[in-house]
Amino acid sequence: MAAPNLDVKYVAHLARLQLTPEEEKKFGEQLGHILEHIEKLNQLDVSSVEPTAHAVPLVNVTRRDEVTPSLPHEDAMRNAPAKRDGLFIVPKIVE
Amino acid sequence: MEYEAVIGLETHVQLKTKSKMWCGCANQYGAEPNTNVCPVCLGLPGVLPVPNDEALRLTVLTGFLLNCEIPRFAKFDRKSYFYPDMPKNYQITQYDKPSTANGFVEFEFNGSGSTDGRSRVRITRAHLEEDVGKSTHFERNSGLDFNRAGVPLMEIVSEPDITSADMAYEYLNALKEILVQGGVSDCDMEKGQVRCDVNVSVRPVGTKELGAKIEIKNMNSFSGVRRALDYEIPRQIEAVKRGEKLIQSTRRWDDVAGITEQMRTKEDAHDYRYFPDPDLMPSAPDEAWIASVKSRVVELPEARKQRLMREYQLPAGDAEVFKSNVELGNYFEGIAKQAKNPKAVANWVINNLQARIAEVSMFMMVEPGFNQTQMGFFGLDDLKFKPEAILELVNLVESKAISHSAAQQVFAEMFDTGKSPALIVQEKGLAQVSDTGAIEKFCDEAIAANPNPVADYKAGKLAALNSLKGQVMKLSKGKANPALVGEILERKLKS
Repeated sequence: MAAPNLDVKYVAHLARLQLTPEEEKKFGEQLGHILEHIEKLNQLDVSSVEPTAHAVPLVNVTRRDEVTPSLPHEDAMRNAPAKRDGLFIVPKIVE
Repeated sequence: MEYEAVIGLETHVQLKTKSKMWCGCANQYGAEPNTNVCPVCLGLPGVLPVPNDEALRLTVLTGFLLNCEIPRFAKFDRKSYFYPDMPKNYQITQYDKPSTANGFVEFEFNGSGSTDGRSRVRITRAHLEEDVGKSTHFERNSGLDFNRAGVPLMEIVSEPDITSADMAYEYLNALKEILVQGGVSDCDMEKGQVRCDVNVSVRPVGTKELGAKIEIKNMNSFSGVRRALDYEIPRQIEAVKRGEKLIQSTRRWDDVAGITEQMRTKEDAHDYRYFPDPDLMPSAPDEAWIASVKSRVVELPEARKQRLMREYQLPAGDAEVFKSNVELGNYFEGIAKQAKNPKAVANWVINNLQARIAEVSMFMMVEPGFNQTQMGFFGLDDLKFKPEAILELVNLVESKAISHSAAQQVFAEMFDTGKSPALIVQEKGLAQVSDTGAIEKFCDEAIAANPNPVADYKAGKLAALNSLKGQVMKLSKGKANPALVGEILERKLKS
């Protein structure tokens, strides 16, 4: 059974991963095996089965709309690579 | 060939909750940067988001207000993309099982497809998601404030039923009024509580097939949406007429330059890879929960306007005032039920009461030491007189006990002191004089003192009578019955 086409470069880009040509080949093969396995599952007729949203049969798990303390500002900023005026500073974003 | 525009809007609205969507951080505008944040809304590893029950309620409430179906099953999905304002690298949203679907909004607009000056835009869905952080761009880098990240955000998606820039504008205003009056959102544009994505394409009139969809992202004002469409629709029509083939793409509106410019095309469109969020359990509202949300449904602004026109025979203009100012409308209805002439009550409430409240508020705003955050600092609750006093005042005028000009004095006095109209009339001696003897005397005085208008009137300039009438009213200190004054003056001048 043939694995569906997999564009390793595209998938790597979506995950923001940089792969060497060797890694592309290696991961491409590994992901191909996984997809082959999924193909096997695809042979089962599930047209009458409603997709499952969650494996645990629980619904309506919510919290009341109440304010609880936030992190102290200093703690919130502790992992920031750079900060200024209370802001996280990141490379300039332009879209 | 004639072309027409096909427009659909995606409107994002921040919900009016105390806390954020998945954590207990305050949903609060204007705090110091990164002070309303915690591991959940900062997207730190290992945290567990839990949905805010009130946000789910407000979404379903919106569903009722927009005539939607309320599915008995909804779920949250992850929408993956990389952007620094979204620290988890995915936004939680509702993809294929939204909390509400298939509704419509009706509003006043005259255009293609409208009947009796009213138009309808179908609502595809209103679903719940989360807002992202706020980025500020500097010369060399960008700064991020995550106070807004995780604020409950509702996206209202319309069907492509809108046909013009003006119709889009009216739809947005109607939607905003419904959401504000329904208690769903404050829709404060200044605070960025409403943002809009516009989908617009053009096609030859009479054809069914949609043209290439162009999306204008992130509009933050309704007038901006109108201006962007006023630019974009002719741009597309020109392009098609030149024989250009438009392609599906995303554009940005430059408010300063007044143009839209291309951001990206279909080729580099995002691949969001939606899938159910394993951290969140689906929502399966039961009848009792839905009923308790439904009990919060208020009368819609447009329905309210129609009812006020019907029940109180108000002209459309008056009903429109009460439609947008619910408090004032409630004040009016509180007394109009007992009024013989509700229209007269509406006049006083709109022309005098509302205007005077605005004046006082303006005056307070220019006072030194005024605190800008104290909005609604003077309103109906601060009035010194009871609503029934307006009714009493109207009755005094209607029964001709006081003249219109005296009524103005009574109103000013009761506004300042809270005294009852009857007491003011008595204290100030404002009761209308219908005693013909007294009026005759004032008329004689006015005729004697004003030979010029008298001569003018006798020479056929009938308007000169008004000047004499004014003199008599002045002599009587506004108390003479104006109709009687007119009659007596005419009789005397003709004799």
